[in-house]
Amino acid sequence: MQPFVEPDYLPALPELFLAGASVTLLMAGVFIGDRSTRLMTWLACVAMAAAFVMVLVLPDERTTTFFGLFVTDRFAAFMKCLVLVGAAVTLIVGLGYVKREGMNRFEFPVLIVFATLGMLLMISANDLIALYVGLELQSLSLYIVAAFRRDSLRSTEAGLKYFVLGAISSGLLLYGCSMVYGFTGVTGFEGIAEALATTVPGNVAAETGVLIGLVFIAAALAFKVSAVPFHMWTPDVYEGAPTPVTAFFAAAPKVAAMALLLRVFLGPFHELAGQWDQIIIFVSIASMGLGAFAAIGQKNIKRLMAYSSIGHVGYALVGLSAGTPEGIRGVLVYMLIYMVMTLGGFACILAMRQRGQMVEEISDLSGLSKTNPSLALALAIFMFSMAGIPPLAGFFGKLYVFLAAVDEGLYGLAIFGVLASVVGAYYYIRIVKVMYFDQPAEGFDRPVGVELSAVLAGTGIITLFFFAYPAPILAGAEAAAAALMP
Amino acid sequence: MLYYAAPIFLPLFGAVIAGLFGRVIGARGAQLVTCGAMGVAAVMAIVVFTEVVLQGETATIVLFDWFASGDLDVDWLLRFDELTGVMVFVVCVVSFLIHVYSIGYMAHDPHVPRFFAYLSLFTFFMLALVSADNFLQMFFGWEGVGLVSYLLIGFWYKRPSANAAAIKAFIVNRVGDFGFALGILAIFLMFDTVSFDAVFSGAPGMVDAEVTFLGHSFDFLEVACILLFVGAMGKSAQFLLHTWLPDAMEGPTPVSALIHAATMVTAGVFMVARLSPIFEYAPIALSVVTFFGATTAIFAATIAITQNDIKRVIAYSTCSQLGYMFFACGVSAYGAGIFHLTTHAFFKALLFLGAGAVIHAMSDEQDMRKMGGIWRMIPVTYVLMWIGNLALAGIFPFSGFFSKDIILESAFASHTGLGMYAFGLGILAAFLTAFYSWRLLFLTFHGKPRADERVMAHVHEAPPVMWVPLVGLAIGAVVIGYLMLPMVATDIDFWGTSILVLPIHNALEEAHHVDFWVKALPMAVGVLGIGGAFLFYVLKPELPGQLATRARPVYLFLLNKWYFDELYDILFVRSAKYLGRNLWRQGDGAVIDGIGPDGIAAATLSVARRAVRLQSGYVYHYAFAMLLGLAAIVTWYLIAGR
Repeated sequence: MQPFVEPDYLPALPELFLAGASVTLLMAGVFIGDRSTRLMTWLACVAMAAAFVMVLVLPDERTTTFFGLFVTDRFAAFMKCLVLVGAAVTLIVGLGYVKREGMNRFEFPVLIVFATLGMLLMISANDLIALYVGLELQSLSLYIVAAFRRDSLRSTEAGLKYFVLGAISSGLLLYGCSMVYGFTGVTGFEGIAEALATTVPGNVAAETGVLIGLVFIAAALAFKVSAVPFHMWTPDVYEGAPTPVTAFFAAAPKVAAMALLLRVFLGPFHELAGQWDQIIIFVSIASMGLGAFAAIGQKNIKRLMAYSSIGHVGYALVGLSAGTPEGIRGVLVYMLIYMVMTLGGFACILAMRQRGQMVEEISDLSGLSKTNPSLALALAIFMFSMAGIPPLAGFFGKLYVFLAAVDEGLYGLAIFGVLASVVGAYYYIRIVKVMYFDQPAEGFDRPVGVELSAVLAGTGIITLFFFAYPAPILAGAEAAAAALMP
Repeated sequence: MLYYAAPIFLPLFGAVIAGLFGRVIGARGAQLVTCGAMGVAAVMAIVVFTEVVLQGETATIVLFDWFASGDLDVDWLLRFDELTGVMVFVVCVVSFLIHVYSIGYMAHDPHVPRFFAYLSLFTFFMLALVSADNFLQMFFGWEGVGLVSYLLIGFWYKRPSANAAAIKAFIVNRVGDFGFALGILAIFLMFDTVSFDAVFSGAPGMVDAEVTFLGHSFDFLEVACILLFVGAMGKSAQFLLHTWLPDAMEGPTPVSALIHAATMVTAGVFMVARLSPIFEYAPIALSVVTFFGATTAIFAATIAITQNDIKRVIAYSTCSQLGYMFFACGVSAYGAGIFHLTTHAFFKALLFLGAGAVIHAMSDEQDMRKMGGIWRMIPVTYVLMWIGNLALAGIFPFSGFFSKDIILESAFASHTGLGMYAFGLGILAAFLTAFYSWRLLFLTFHGKPRADERVMAHVHEAPPVMWVPLVGLAIGAVVIGYLMLPMVATDIDFWGTSILVLPIHNALEEAHHVDFWVKALPMAVGVLGIGGAFLFYVLKPELPGQLATRARPVYLFLLNKWYFDELYDILFVRSAKYLGRNLWRQGDGAVIDGIGPDGIAAATLSVARRAVRLQSGYVYHYAFAMLLGLAAIVTWYLIAGR
């Protein structure tokens, strides 16, 4: 029996802190009861802010700990920052909703913290086992929050659907992992990479086995980022889940899953880049296409946002298909901008209340420019940005990934992406048209709330003025991409 | 020499003041400014004429660099040689008289400043055209006069017919201008310059040069000259491109006199004379010029005998006289052509303005069938019209006699088939000219009054401001032919180097040695024509009606102007509209919109509907889709990956 060696805990400090914080919050909540929800939410935000600071102050260079299961580097730091911000902001924008709509239970912020912890672990996973554990911690929390409004049929349906399909995807993931383990004999990412470089080539059975394992893993990860054809859960869950939960789904887990996708494909399976990029290109084209076309027929704005997010994942994957540091930088910048726009967009949706009731139909936005000009302006900014109209941030997100694709000679992919974004522009701009040119409907309740207004202002300003000073974000993304693709 | 430029820029000054500050200075101010500037310009033009033409002090004035682009380097130069001197004199003097006349004629119009601004602006462009020293500058003036012509034909823009006529004039001129522009391009292509001097000196070396177009070789000079002549045809309303001129009579009468009789329409003749150093080396092009000139002369004359609108008769007469000028140039008698241009400018302006005075007297009636019997009431106008017609018909010693005679003699003396063609048609046209001129006189002034009493009661002589300029023009119509005879003299080198005639093209010289019958014939047929008109419209007024009934098809053919308008309507207007409508409905609407925007939109919608239908809501469908996708990808790798 080997002597137990104490691992280095410092690199995992944010995760350890968050784990401790979540348990503490849970205990506190149990003792104080449901009236503590607001306090718990703010405490959760504070905990995430603290974790954010820890991520920033920790050393940048690549460090592994827990016997190689856990890794931190600039890439992990960048993605963790995104996830923490996304999670905290969704908690804040959800405050009003949670209070009004019968979700006033202290478990909600605690579950969000658990999910966030899972995401951080995913991002730092350096082993198939660690990957699975992180993913499941996240997923289990998400299943619960999706069905958090137990009295709502649609919410429970969303949670159940997500759970069943998520279970299938977990099965796929585990099956893929076992295939890879079977043919390489290791679960650590470095080990897999080494095996793929040395022992596997030449061995037809091993090559095929690893490849099929990779396809299964890819399918599971595609499910998490809701890429076509593993996207089917997205519209139903987005529509059915309580709106703050949808906002959360659209922001943080997507970023985390994308981080995992990047790390898995560019780390252990880097040797197979020539193989997996075919999957990525296919999934990217399918996602962009479906995201563009299916959204046209939607009347519910949350459903529309679901298809929009499918499309955005497609665009981001264009950068991964390029497989260059520029491409990866493009993906990271895209995810950041996507998250900002999505948070802003959901903040607008959370402001859609008429006589105390939440409304979700696009037609409810009619003439918003007359009844609430500033909200209409904010939503218009996000919609134009998502459509990729310069000089808004969304344009630059698309620009970087398409440029990377063109540099790599992927003209077909880039052209398809541009065409899809033309189609997509239709439904984004239709919302602007409904707000600005249709006859005013009944206005929304006012005021929209301090938290919502602050988030709207912040995300709106970033979206609007990204072009003026993109340097820090670009530099961060570039360093992160360099950490992943040395 | 810089003061040579004065007559050219004074009208521009007047036009700018009257055009931009017309509201400030009012009608009276605009009249004073433009007429004053024009008056000074006319005096200066006489000075220029004296110095340049009579004393031979030709000059080229450099104004400024226009532009340089690659090989094309164009300066803005004013070329003052004998040809320019004559033209500046004619344009300025006639224009001044017409300016003065317009004070009276346009007195009751609400847009006097605009009218005078256009009139002066036109004069400037015309002078820019005749003083051009390179093709582009000429084109500038050429397009400028076309523009102002358009503006002035449509001066009464509230009349639909005036707008239609203005558009027609513009479009028909575009056809000619297109030829002109192509000609300039051809010149630049071969000579690498558009400067007159360089091109003229290089022309002899280009005699056998060829251009290849669509696989065929063409003689370069012939092609270039014919293209340039197409431009002249448009501007000078020659056969096939003549249809706009009669319609242009929709403009105010002074405009008809200045632009559509005396000056602008003669720009084509001027151009051929100016480019004589090129045309001389292009015998086929000269034949083309002769043919079209002669054809126009007779063609327009035949139409003129049947028209009833007093201005249209004179318009067709103008067309016909321009034909004379062209075939004079065609037989290398450029001097004779310009000579006729000069005399014509005076007597035709006189006729138009006289007609204007008649119209003025008849309360804006233009139909000669509703006139008659007014000669005692407006004696001054009557006498002036007589003078104009005598000059037009070529009766000694009026100016037209000299110029028309020499043209016909030159055509005869050229001893070519086309020359004889031109001579024969020219003589016939001369007869018709006299006939329709006196038909006009008799119908307008003699016989029983056919206007109603109210109009007759109003008939009055024009005010002095109108008839005094007419007297000036009448004096010109009487004496200018004799005074300007040196233009066609063989013993005086009137034109200097401004016109080139090769020694083999000595028609003008030969013209002085033709038989007496050739010299006498034009005037004889003129007198015959007058006699014919006297017979038809005074002695036996029933004859025209009988003849029209007897030879009805011929009469209708002529009355309807050889059906050119109808023909062009079918050939170009309707077919263009038909083509346009089809391209719009079928081409743009059905094909481009149908497949393009509309089709793509419809396809997008249908794809969107299907994509939405994929989302059934059943978990097992979703799971199935996931597994299907997984299986597809695995299959792809197992089959294609091998």
